[in-house]
Amino acid sequence: MTQYGSPAPETLALHAGQSPDPAFGARATPIYFTAGYVFPDADHAAALFNHERPGHVDTSHSNPTNAVLEERVAALEGGIGAIALASGQAALHVAIATLMGAGNHIVASRALGGAARNLLAHTLPRFGIRTTFVDPRRPDEWRDAIRPETRLLFGEALGNFGLEVLDIPAVAAIAHARRVPLLVDATLVTPCLQRPLSLGADLVLHSATEFLGGHGVAVGGLLVDGGRFDWEQSGLFPTLTEPYDGFHGMDFTEESSVAAFLLRARCEALPDFGACLSPMNAFQILQGIETLPLRMRAHVANARAVATHLAGQALVARVAYPGLAPHPDHELASRLLPDGAGAVLSFELSGGREAARAFIESLKVFSHLANVGDAKSLVSHPSSTTLSRLSAAALAAAGIGEGTLRLSVGLEHVDDLIEDLDRGLYAAGRVVGG
Amino acid sequence: MQLTVSGLPVFIYTARQTFAPAQPVVVLLHGAAHDHSVWNFQARHLAHHGFSVLAPDLPGHGRSGGAPLASIEALADWLAALLDAAGVRQAAVAGHSMGSLVALQAAAQFPDRFTQLILLGSVAPMPVAAPLLSAANDDRPTAHAMINQWSYTFASQLGASAVPGTSLTGLNRRLMERQDDAVLATDLGACNAYEGGLAAAGAVRCPTLLLCAERDQMTPRRAVKPLHEALAGVADGARMISIPRAGHAMLAEAPDAVGNAIRSFLTRN
Repeated sequence: MTQYGSPAPETLALHAGQSPDPAFGARATPIYFTAGYVFPDADHAAALFNHERPGHVDTSHSNPTNAVLEERVAALEGGIGAIALASGQAALHVAIATLMGAGNHIVASRALGGAARNLLAHTLPRFGIRTTFVDPRRPDEWRDAIRPETRLLFGEALGNFGLEVLDIPAVAAIAHARRVPLLVDATLVTPCLQRPLSLGADLVLHSATEFLGGHGVAVGGLLVDGGRFDWEQSGLFPTLTEPYDGFHGMDFTEESSVAAFLLRARCEALPDFGACLSPMNAFQILQGIETLPLRMRAHVANARAVATHLAGQALVARVAYPGLAPHPDHELASRLLPDGAGAVLSFELSGGREAARAFIESLKVFSHLANVGDAKSLVSHPSSTTLSRLSAAALAAAGIGEGTLRLSVGLEHVDDLIEDLDRGLYAAGRVVGG
Repeated sequence: MQLTVSGLPVFIYTARQTFAPAQPVVVLLHGAAHDHSVWNFQARHLAHHGFSVLAPDLPGHGRSGGAPLASIEALADWLAALLDAAGVRQAAVAGHSMGSLVALQAAAQFPDRFTQLILLGSVAPMPVAAPLLSAANDDRPTAHAMINQWSYTFASQLGASAVPGTSLTGLNRRLMERQDDAVLATDLGACNAYEGGLAAAGAVRCPTLLLCAERDQMTPRRAVKPLHEALAGVADGARMISIPRAGHAMLAEAPDAVGNAIRSFLTRN
């Protein structure tokens, strides 16, 4: 610990949020696999429901294992608290539902993953919430898309699939000038490479299924509140600044000057929407976080080596990895991601769909699946999988071609990864060469 | 609830209950660079158990207008004016840290207005370390980091929280940041300059409770002795209760133990 400072990420990743179990002294975080909690007496039960005492009412509200995960991620991100949810998508949906209702509007980067894009473009309009998608690299597009009814700006720290680096300080300034918050999906960077709240973001979400867990066994999400956005002063968020009949007539900003968002999300969204995380998944994600700083360093080193190797291959038309100089956001990445630009990259293979197919099917170490962020290396072909619903024009607008492949570079020995990719390139070359 | 005191708007948290001056009234005073929200669990607990709660934002803090007042004596005068504005003749008063000095001074100065006195994280005098005073003036982030390090137990600094999913130190840092530039330095200056604490304690006659956190580094328990002894005029002496496993930030670190102790004391005295 530095003088008067917080413990370092390596320490927080192991300890934050957990004291040895008071009942038996267990050093590891116990899995509190229970739906409910016995109330010592009727007065205590009433006090929990009245929010007179903190504590656990039932696991759809909160759970001791989940709380360790929440407090650990909040500490790593430098936030005031977090909520563990069933998935990263649940975190996105809860953030939106906590801030707005029918008639409101979102401005979002168009470089989003398939599920987030679908939620914003197709699902939420049915409930009266519309989204304008913008080029994340164009501050003027962000600015111009904001309307009087806009309540949120949203982007991914590293975009899908061009690995666009979100200029968080610039987009946050645009949001704050219009009295709305910026939510950043930090799944691909993790708090080890970037802490968006320290750059100006107001809320952060993670799909914990990816790098936070790292093992690819547990689906989960985290929503972190930075606590800096002044909802009262903004005047645009009645869900946080007016009494809520659904929870004791609580005025959330009156109740907590800085944690109003977190409070409403926990009091309303968790129990009412039912998007709570299983404590078993929370435990598994916690096991992953213990080694997160070590893993991210190794992920970044392997990704950089793989990207450099691919960039030198004749069959590779283009590599999108912000850690390399040709990427349009390389300079921005050097500033905002000084410890590395993550472990996901995409590249365009000459020869289109058939070459991409031959490449993927010849790989032996990389696994062909749609996820990212596993300790094992993964490959996907977006135009035939996660983004297959998009039109050719929409794909092109997102910079995705028929030969675009995405790699999530894992923790295997880098020589084995490069040998595997060379095997794929050889197979693709046979297709291209006829 | 919004009142006007000395011509300035004052926000008072009543735990979302309609204020009823006919019920026993308890005033909760926050500490330096804080606002009413540090009391939210204890305020709601008392409000659900027969008390009318007034947890004001002190002048220049939170939602209350004006500049922060520069002395404990001025804050005590303001507190009496607040009771007048609220139509309250008598009340119990609890104060945390700087708020405890205001409560102490007010209880001594206006003995007919205060029925019970509860001092949390309190010592008299309350000297503030020179590096903290200096940082509060010209380097607020460092001052906030010092306060977090000295106010919270190591477990809290590592993220463990009595409130599920909440970072207590993160919350405290943001709350202090939310106050205007001069607030922390003015508040700490007022604590440091207050010399009348032991004399005020000698004048107190109402039932008094001292709540001392076991791991308090800001106002350590061993330093409470002069204040405890000076409260000699209190019938049967001031009671002292230790809050286990908590630091100076006991409202946040041990919300149940603090709420129970206050309610129990108010009910029995």
